[in-house]
Amino acid sequence: MEKTINITLKIWRQKGPKEKGRFEEYKLNNVSTDSSFLEMLDLLNEQLINEGKEPVVFDHDCREGICGMCSLYINGHPHGPDTSVTTCQLHMRKFNDGDVITVEPWRSAGFPVIRDLMVDRRAFDKIQQAGGYISINTGGAQDANAIPISKEAADEAMDSATCIGCGACVAACKNGSAMLFVSAKVSQYALLPQGRVEAAARARAMVAKMDELGFGNCTNTGACAAECPKNISLTNIARLNREFICAKLKD
Amino acid sequence: MWLSNSSIGRKVVMSVTGLFLVLFLTFHMCMNLVALIKPAGYNAVCAFLGANWYALVGTVILAAGAVIHIIYAFWLTFQNRKARGNDRYLVNTRPKTVEWASQNMLVLGIIVVLGLALHLFNFWYKMQLNEIINHLPGVDPQDGIALIRETFSCPVYVVIYLIWFVALWFHLTHGFWSAIQTLGINNHIWFNRWKCISNIFATIICLGFMAVAISFYVMSLTGSGACTL
Repeated sequence: MEKTINITLKIWRQKGPKEKGRFEEYKLNNVSTDSSFLEMLDLLNEQLINEGKEPVVFDHDCREGICGMCSLYINGHPHGPDTSVTTCQLHMRKFNDGDVITVEPWRSAGFPVIRDLMVDRRAFDKIQQAGGYISINTGGAQDANAIPISKEAADEAMDSATCIGCGACVAACKNGSAMLFVSAKVSQYALLPQGRVEAAARARAMVAKMDELGFGNCTNTGACAAECPKNISLTNIARLNREFICAKLKD
Repeated sequence: MWLSNSSIGRKVVMSVTGLFLVLFLTFHMCMNLVALIKPAGYNAVCAFLGANWYALVGTVILAAGAVIHIIYAFWLTFQNRKARGNDRYLVNTRPKTVEWASQNMLVLGIIVVLGLALHLFNFWYKMQLNEIINHLPGVDPQDGIALIRETFSCPVYVVIYLIWFVALWFHLTHGFWSAIQTLGINNHIWFNRWKCISNIFATIICLGFMAVAISFYVMSLTGSGACTL
């Protein structure tokens, strides 16, 4: 049987990057606990449009937890109070009747607010462009078994590669550091022979870009990994440190 | 220079100076324990170090390490606050796996520095500095045990020192493993091991220091209470 709840939403509204933002409260009744958090926001926007008000702007795309587009800092947690899920996979059954739910944008100098709950995460694209790839000299594809890779390395590289680049790590970090993201991207290549060739140059370039874009310094508090919807491990950061220090010592 | 203009480089400076200070604390704690075992032995250690050239060189290097650690701490914190942006979160939560100490390293560090200032006044000023400039003619710079007895006969000093050691404990529980992680010497297996080693090591160091302060206070109760405060 369907259960419905009445909630109060406290949502950050900001007209533009330069405007001053503020919180606004909205009451939303008869929200199905089966609906997702984003569907709930769709309901709110429908209500706001019917009242002739501006709808709340928020990022979303695939709504199945793989694109990394949804964000939202809900009740003090990036991607909400549930663990290992993105906001689009968060359901209203995690909330109770009468709850006040505070929804904020990612707050970080590296991710300026565009409007309301939508932030500019192009900084991550720029870091990726700085070295998050493998240069391929095309030719005949070689046999898949020609390069032996251990199961452990393959598994760990795959775990690192599950990072969807949503930016929850930066949002959770008290220092606004992007180390978990960068370390996952560096690790997924550093663990494999194809990526080893450019490993030092990649670590150097991606860290330099991360610093240039104004992200903070990592202090190993671990809030990033605790809030990461894809459970990216802190050991990636140790690997990035290792790669970077070795690269610099060789210079 | 990558040690100042890259985020990881700055963290490397923090971790290397931090580990150096941990090493110093270990030696300092061991020497203090001598005072509990054999008072004359402790004074022999004081005489051996004193204001001899090797002790002075050590002091300068140690001071440099501490100053660099402190300057970088303020620098990194300033940058990190800037990176956080102008608007703060309305709701803040601390995930279960995040240590309280890790989010308050600067505050804990400031408490440690304040305690250090008092400690330098209580001991270093009356020992090594006094030996160099002879500012306090009545105080024997090499009679460390007398200074310990005098200082820890005052309950107010004992309490301040204990608070200092607790702050130091919190600072070390995060600082030690964090320094190792920053140097990249970590993986899935060693992650929890380093955290465990960090807790044990911080506890041993702080208990060692506390033991001396408390023991000499208790001894002052039974013997001659020399507190001049």
